[in-house]
Amino acid sequence: MSMLSVEGLAVSRGGLPVLEGLSFSLDAGHALVLRGPNGVGKTTLLRTLAGLQPALAGTVSMPPESMAYAAHSDGLKSTLTVRENLGFWASVYATNDIEPALKRMNLQSLETRPAHSLSAGQKRRLGLARLLVTGRPIWVLDEPTVSLDTASVALFAEAVRGHLANGGAALIATHIDLGLNEAKVLDLTPFKAKTPEEGGMQGAFDEAFL
Amino acid sequence: MIALLMRDLRLAVRAGGGFGLGLAFFLIVVTLVPFGVGPEGKILARIAPGILWVGALLACLLSLDRIFALDYEDGSLDLLVTAPVPLEGVVSIKALAHWITTGLPLVVAAPVFGILLHLPQGAHVWMVISLLLGTPALSVLGTFGAALTVGLKRGGLLLSLLVLPFYVPTLIFGAELVRRGAEGMNTETPLLMLAGITAATVALVPFASAAAIRVNLR
Repeated sequence: MSMLSVEGLAVSRGGLPVLEGLSFSLDAGHALVLRGPNGVGKTTLLRTLAGLQPALAGTVSMPPESMAYAAHSDGLKSTLTVRENLGFWASVYATNDIEPALKRMNLQSLETRPAHSLSAGQKRRLGLARLLVTGRPIWVLDEPTVSLDTASVALFAEAVRGHLANGGAALIATHIDLGLNEAKVLDLTPFKAKTPEEGGMQGAFDEAFL
Repeated sequence: MIALLMRDLRLAVRAGGGFGLGLAFFLIVVTLVPFGVGPEGKILARIAPGILWVGALLACLLSLDRIFALDYEDGSLDLLVTAPVPLEGVVSIKALAHWITTGLPLVVAAPVFGILLHLPQGAHVWMVISLLLGTPALSVLGTFGAALTVGLKRGGLLLSLLVLPFYVPTLIFGAELVRRGAEGMNTETPLLMLAGITAATVALVPFASAAAIRVNLR
């Protein structure tokens, strides 16, 4: 069954169309890896799917309240401890049990440390642990493995696999090989939007001023 | 929602959280004015309501830019917008947290600071009532300015310029309430106006703030 389906989607950044004519669908238990050079619009696409910005054209359909979004920055509060940071998101998503997530991301020994004393990789692991406490079936991840070492990447791949096995789905924008051999790969380069001079779509003009 | 309130309060009292910043600023204003104006009790007593209100208003302004800017910088605003809580609710809770850490201490400290300004005896209770009724409006209106300037670097000055005009009605009726109370006049009209302004802003402004955040996050 298709959890997330995208049809004819066009997205814009700063008023200029970056991607157009994008269609794909994502089934439960599957992962889709987005690839493409810098600036092709991976982040813009993911922000559009997460509902942070409107699409220029096309439709996105998924069950309501089903998506967990993880951006470049982890949204951690540096003066709160690992446990407090994670506990906050758990109560926002009304799941409340953070122990499995701490264990999964190997954060148990760090749980009383304030977030500002964590290394970049440890912060990232905490940011990814947030996904586990959301309880949402569709993960939308933007460069999830930045600053993770190989062991942590493997840990993360294991967490994604566990999520897929539980009937979840994941959409991951990344440059490196996650070791998720079962994941399909979608290269965004062919969907690059034409400029208006080449007869492409006109972006919303006033957006450039926002 | 409660979790968000608890988180914001906890952040405020931890290192660098800014709790007490407004109160310290309020204290500075109130102690410096008698030095500037001179020690005559009669003049001080006359200007005390206005000075206390202006001080409270500026103390509020001082911490407004932190309401959303910190969450924007570390990315948690993006995550809050995509979380299963209405953004209008997030804004209201943020305003409440700002009021508890900035407005409420001012309300509590005002009678003590009033003594420094020779605030007349009968006016102390009106000072507390007016601040209690008026400062929530300052915090809620502040969220609107903070939401409009959320993505801007050094947006603090712009924020003050945007928000100040909206603060004027609260300032006028707040100070008027204390002045009338001090002189034993009828206080009903300014009291109702002040309460009305606060009720209207608390009810309406969160929608405007949430809309401004949505636009700014695009």
